[in-house]
Amino acid sequence: MPTLLQNVGESILKQGGLTVDDLEPLVGELAIGGVDFADLFFERSEAETFSLEDGEVKDASYHRDAGIGVRACVGDKQGFAYSSEITASRILEARDVAVAIQDGRAPRGGINLDQVSTPKLYIAKNPIPETAASEKITFLHEIDAKARARSVHVTQVQATLSISYREVLIAATDGTLGADIRPLVRLSLSVLAEKNGRRERGSAGLGGRYDLARLLTEQHAEQLVSEAVDQAIVNLESVDCPAGEMPVVLGAGWPGVLLHEAVGHGLEGDFNRKGSSFYSGKIGQRVASKGVTVVDDGTLLDRRGSLNVDDEGHISQRNVLIDDGILVGYMQDKLNARLMGVLATGNGRRESYAHLPMPRMTNTFMEPGDANQLDMIESVERGIFAVNFGGGQVDITSGQFVFAASEAYLIEKGKVTAPVKGATLIGNGPQVMSAISMIGDDFALDAGIGVCGKDGQSVPVGVGQPSLKIDCLTVGGTA
Amino acid sequence: MSVKFNPQQEKNRLEELAHRILDQAKRVGADACEVAASASVGLEVQARLGQSEKLEMMRDQSLSVTVFVGESRGSATTTDLSDLALQGTVDAALAIAKVTAPDPSAVLASGDQIIRNVPDLQLDHPWEISAKQAIDLAIEVEAAGRDEDPRITNSEGGSVSSTRGISIHATSEGLMVSQPTSIHGISCVLLAEDGESRERSYAYTQARRPDQLVSPEAVGREAAHKTIARLNPRKCQTAEAPVLFIPETASGLLSSFISAIGGVSLYRKSSYLLDRLETQVFPEWVTLEENPLLPCAIGSSAYDGDGLPTRSQAFVTDGLLSSYVLSLYSANRLGLQTTHNAGGVRNLVLTGEKSFEELVSEMGRGLVVTELMGQGVNLVNGDYSRGASGFWVENGEISHPVHEVTVASNLDRMLRDDLQAVGSDIDLRRSISTGSILFEKMMVAGS
Repeated sequence: MPTLLQNVGESILKQGGLTVDDLEPLVGELAIGGVDFADLFFERSEAETFSLEDGEVKDASYHRDAGIGVRACVGDKQGFAYSSEITASRILEARDVAVAIQDGRAPRGGINLDQVSTPKLYIAKNPIPETAASEKITFLHEIDAKARARSVHVTQVQATLSISYREVLIAATDGTLGADIRPLVRLSLSVLAEKNGRRERGSAGLGGRYDLARLLTEQHAEQLVSEAVDQAIVNLESVDCPAGEMPVVLGAGWPGVLLHEAVGHGLEGDFNRKGSSFYSGKIGQRVASKGVTVVDDGTLLDRRGSLNVDDEGHISQRNVLIDDGILVGYMQDKLNARLMGVLATGNGRRESYAHLPMPRMTNTFMEPGDANQLDMIESVERGIFAVNFGGGQVDITSGQFVFAASEAYLIEKGKVTAPVKGATLIGNGPQVMSAISMIGDDFALDAGIGVCGKDGQSVPVGVGQPSLKIDCLTVGGTA
Repeated sequence: MSVKFNPQQEKNRLEELAHRILDQAKRVGADACEVAASASVGLEVQARLGQSEKLEMMRDQSLSVTVFVGESRGSATTTDLSDLALQGTVDAALAIAKVTAPDPSAVLASGDQIIRNVPDLQLDHPWEISAKQAIDLAIEVEAAGRDEDPRITNSEGGSVSSTRGISIHATSEGLMVSQPTSIHGISCVLLAEDGESRERSYAYTQARRPDQLVSPEAVGREAAHKTIARLNPRKCQTAEAPVLFIPETASGLLSSFISAIGGVSLYRKSSYLLDRLETQVFPEWVTLEENPLLPCAIGSSAYDGDGLPTRSQAFVTDGLLSSYVLSLYSANRLGLQTTHNAGGVRNLVLTGEKSFEELVSEMGRGLVVTELMGQGVNLVNGDYSRGASGFWVENGEISHPVHEVTVASNLDRMLRDDLQAVGSDIDLRRSISTGSILFEKMMVAGS
């Protein structure tokens, strides 16, 4: 049986007249002069989207892309060029640009590529052709019908099925020869509910690295519909959100976007090498409450943020970032790991062949504790219980971060009362992590919808956490 | 190494491809077809702590095809422009058009609507700069910033970029137009430290013509001043207060307003400005216009995404919502006429008479918002809540930096009832530009 590397190699290289055997000499062309690391990143991708609106799938599209990114590194300098034509001559042209970051041209001798044995964290197949278009469309219609049936107040339903497939192949001067096949599917639903002249939106999504047979199930349709419709209906009754500092109880799962912003970005290796993060130089120090353990793990089966190998061909792994409140590690790509004198952690990721890799998160989550969500709520005199969020953002230098609640409730005298309008929550990473006073036993990962942006590059990620009580967070309401 | 781009040659190449695809679509049974293609070449360099850090050459191309079969349509895009890939792309679009439901609103602009002569808006200007010279400029901008103040202790670097490209748009209704464009920029991100306080900020300049760029020294110094000014921030008390958005943050408010009067939000009934045509949406002294045909401007284009000629027009006249922002498709969905805004508004300007200092003085006491964080804008109902940092104003003067606060209100209320004044300090680096905007009151949440 052909290996994954052979399959990917043939699929990406054949059209341009190349084979996997050509990679060694091509990488050798990059090992010249003062270049201390260089890599070739080959990629072929396909994506398909079906959108339902007004009860019809009138809009659908297909996208395909392929190309090669060529990078040369000298110390902390990087030269980079790319081409959407995968031929030896284009690679050599790009090589000329990339190595221009230094002056030397003398060859340094051959490179022996060593095949990375790829784990199997998800299926290695393309979900796009496996299922007929009519079946995909029928499923979106079923979601539409279910959403409208769930509440008479639902006036608009938008459902989208996104399917993508990506093959990557990495060959580097450090001998790495890695390949990965990455399917990624996602369903999203957005509904508008209307009552007494008031309109509110509710949304939900789910997905992962698996095929459509597993995505397009009755159970997933129910889950999506109940979440989105109920959120819209709850928001129809929402009152003005209070403003100011107060205790906040966060639900399990997707609210883990808190960790992504408050902790994750600040622990990426590039910022810490440059000393520009608020966590720079703090390894070994207390940065969160006792009991707080934060992990970035690219090895979770079938998860949206998982990778068999990262975009530098490094096998992904489980990295503990904060252990019982103490900062123990950063997330690294090869460049920053080398410059900081530590090991790469499998976090080198890039949006595509046309982008440089950077240290990025995979699936970032907090380990569970033993508290009960009900006890957290009962301990709050006046505060907010937030169960669903939109996106967030962080300033990694000051540590200031925000995340926006899309479904939240008042807590009054230990009881959850009225739903409140969406509001932004703002805080300082280390301060908020130290204000965590209760950690729930109800750990959950998100449903598989996260997209992380950094330096203009988007990559799929996962988050997760148990319910948490934060003693003091600023809530951006109007009341 | 420098950005080598021949717009005429690229135009010929892409037009030839477009013709071929239109022919092919017809051959395989499509009733109509639309092709949009672009190609660009760019250079980006970055220097940090006085040394070059990144040298990147960008060369992008992509082509998208939409085919119509009866009233159904399908789209496909590719970056591989080989014959085989293009054929596959047309086939993929056609396969989709055969399974999608009819959409009578999706039609191509007819021959008598489309632009015939594309005026030269002078949007493409080469920057004769080698990679080496670009790196020197990047070093220069960063050095100007780092030398400005000893509290600038670190840097994320100075950057210089130059991109040129061309996009073409062709349809089976006879449209075949193209526009070459360029965009050049210099930017700098600095870090400052004072005791426990660490802050970052940035400055940038960007323009279509290299001689419209601000000097590297000025960009570096501005980045330094902005970064230093943020040091040792405090939170402010939670209270209702006047809030002044500087042009960089105010521009986003106008973008949200434009989205809310945009066809997509309207036909999806997800706008707080539904059914508000000819009603008051701004104070009566506000008129909001776009000027898409300004030569050399960032937002300029002679035609919109449907291939219709753009025109100067007002969306808000004397405070009343005088026009939506519609494409052919959204207009058809709404039973209205297109406003030639497929792809959005171009060079929208909101300006006033007062200087920034006069606005600060007029405000007396309140918050100046210089930076916003997070999304926090709900267009369905206009609710607004975002993270902010900036400065506290006391007795008409800037008193101290503020961080970790939120500003919240409702867009409709803000723009219609609470908008007190607009500054003359417009920011022309954006397609939606405005002077500073002063609001009578917002809820500021802090400690």
